[in-house]
Amino acid sequence: MTMIKYRKALNNALREEMARDPLVFLMGEGIGEKGGSYKVTENLFHEFGADRVIDTPISEASFVGMAGGAAIAGTRPVVEILFIDFMYLVMDQIANQIAKFNFMTGDQGSVPFVLRTQGGLGNGLAGQHSQSLEALFYHIPGLQVIMPATPYDAKGLLKSAVRSDKPVIFIEHKQLYLTEGNVPDEEFTIPIGEADIKREGSDVTLVTYSFMTLESLRAAEQLAREGIDVEVIDLRTLVPMDMECILSSVRKTGRLVVVHEAVKRGGIGGDIIANVAEAAFYDLESPVKRIAGKNTTIPFNIDLEKLCVPSVDEIIEGVREVYNS
Amino acid sequence: MEALFLMEMYEKALTIRLFEKAAIAQYRIGKIYGYLHPYLGEEGIAVGAISALRLDDYIVSTHRGHGHAIAKGHDISLMMAELMGKATGYCKGRGGSMHVANLKQNNLGANGIVGGGIPIAAGAGMAIKQKKTDQVVMGFFSDGAVNNGVFHESMNLAAIYALPVIYILENNHYAAATPYQNTNKQDDLSVYANGYGMPGITVDGNDAVGVYQEALKAVTRAREGQGPTLIECKTYRHQGHHVNDPGAYMPQDEMAAWKAKDPVDILRDYLESTATITTDQIAAIDQRVEALMEQAVRFANESPAPSAEQFLSEIPQY
Repeated sequence: MTMIKYRKALNNALREEMARDPLVFLMGEGIGEKGGSYKVTENLFHEFGADRVIDTPISEASFVGMAGGAAIAGTRPVVEILFIDFMYLVMDQIANQIAKFNFMTGDQGSVPFVLRTQGGLGNGLAGQHSQSLEALFYHIPGLQVIMPATPYDAKGLLKSAVRSDKPVIFIEHKQLYLTEGNVPDEEFTIPIGEADIKREGSDVTLVTYSFMTLESLRAAEQLAREGIDVEVIDLRTLVPMDMECILSSVRKTGRLVVVHEAVKRGGIGGDIIANVAEAAFYDLESPVKRIAGKNTTIPFNIDLEKLCVPSVDEIIEGVREVYNS
Repeated sequence: MEALFLMEMYEKALTIRLFEKAAIAQYRIGKIYGYLHPYLGEEGIAVGAISALRLDDYIVSTHRGHGHAIAKGHDISLMMAELMGKATGYCKGRGGSMHVANLKQNNLGANGIVGGGIPIAAGAGMAIKQKKTDQVVMGFFSDGAVNNGVFHESMNLAAIYALPVIYILENNHYAAATPYQNTNKQDDLSVYANGYGMPGITVDGNDAVGVYQEALKAVTRAREGQGPTLIECKTYRHQGHHVNDPGAYMPQDEMAAWKAKDPVDILRDYLESTATITTDQIAAIDQRVEALMEQAVRFANESPAPSAEQFLSEIPQY
């Protein structure tokens, strides 16, 4: 076990998968000699060469489509989109081509394609560099969507993503890159589609993912002192979603809170709650709650920015409300 | 050119011609539905260009993709079944006319998005480089696609990475109902290649042998690691954009002039005049193709529909 940063865990995952399989290669802006804007691809250029760590022009739509074509034609590309906000530029290739290729060809060809990107706010990067857009990809059949919260999850899931024969949208968070956690030194992977109970509890089920997992765990710690025992479920994978984990927990606690940074309206919190209401309505003992991003573009001013997404205090209040109702 | 090779080209061109006619006939009686974009009149391009490929080379196609598929050697029975949405079709009835693909023969698929296949073709080129084989990719697209951002981006990517891609621009003069001269300030669209630092050339798309010769040069260049080429093939549809488009915007005299240069006739004439082939031998080809066509239509009509139960069972709940 070694304590390493989230970005280092990703770096190691890429290194190991590239060493293991010569068909794995990387594409992205500034990922080569520069080592990537968030340093996730640091040194890979020197270890694996320019042929396998490819710097692209600022042509997102076409280089993502190119990665899709490369996957269809038998290689395993891992393409980076610097900010999830830029994913709007690649939507046809992702939604109409990559997500649908295997289905529309009647299972003729797998698309072992991984797109890595990052989202979320922090640091006052303003409206076009701070979004949480997982709901867009959640809604497209044919994609797997993964959002790891810890270095351990990041490494294990990125390795699984690279080995998967189905396309993956792998969403990191800019505030997670420097967080640290224990990661095994020996080879390991984490199955796609398995949630992780980060904190067991008996009073309230709190479902969350990505950076909000950390905030939720902080909230749970404080709530424990008030005698409220929160079970924090970190989804890790959004599609396919581990509903069984959520339903088991709700049957146990009877109370449900969903926390995500993304805008509440149309966010996946609504879908999770609808699924629970359909499958386990009579197991609920109180109204449910979403603690989520406000329905706004993120402003530049850093204090206003903070108001846009759930804070630890907001999560605590929300859980208390559900517990006491 | 070898007689056998020419005969094969002619047979492929005729197969495309008769397949499209059969597909239209089946459409008119309701056996095929949705969108059908016939390749009638454009046979010279698919046959000429794809004849320059090896079997293990890739093609990426367009919404008007039956011609490319047939030129690549696909089974017309399985194609017709796919057009009818049957379980026996290449794509198990899940793709239809606009998404016919056959990965075993390296056809990465027709595409319902104009320009959608252009980056995919570049991607196949990148895969070839990664795998270090000497395969090449032929990416087909239309004059309509030339105005799309991904065309320009992909040309640039192909050039900077020296990808083994031959981009075939099928200029049939109309993007749906819009003449290409209204949306480009160039008459020869191959000049776009200059902006991206790659060779570009315009040829007569109705002369399959001419297309073949130019394509072969580009294929050889790509295979030898010298990068991409853009070949604009000028041609003309014999009908509107899709089966229900009467093509009112296509002037009659323009249509007549192009029909006088029918690519199938040109190939047949070339065959008769240059190769030692008798009219009987050509008639034999005609008969064989007609028989295969009847067989294909029968096979498709008699094929079962895909199982609804099977389809629903594959859909995840969450």
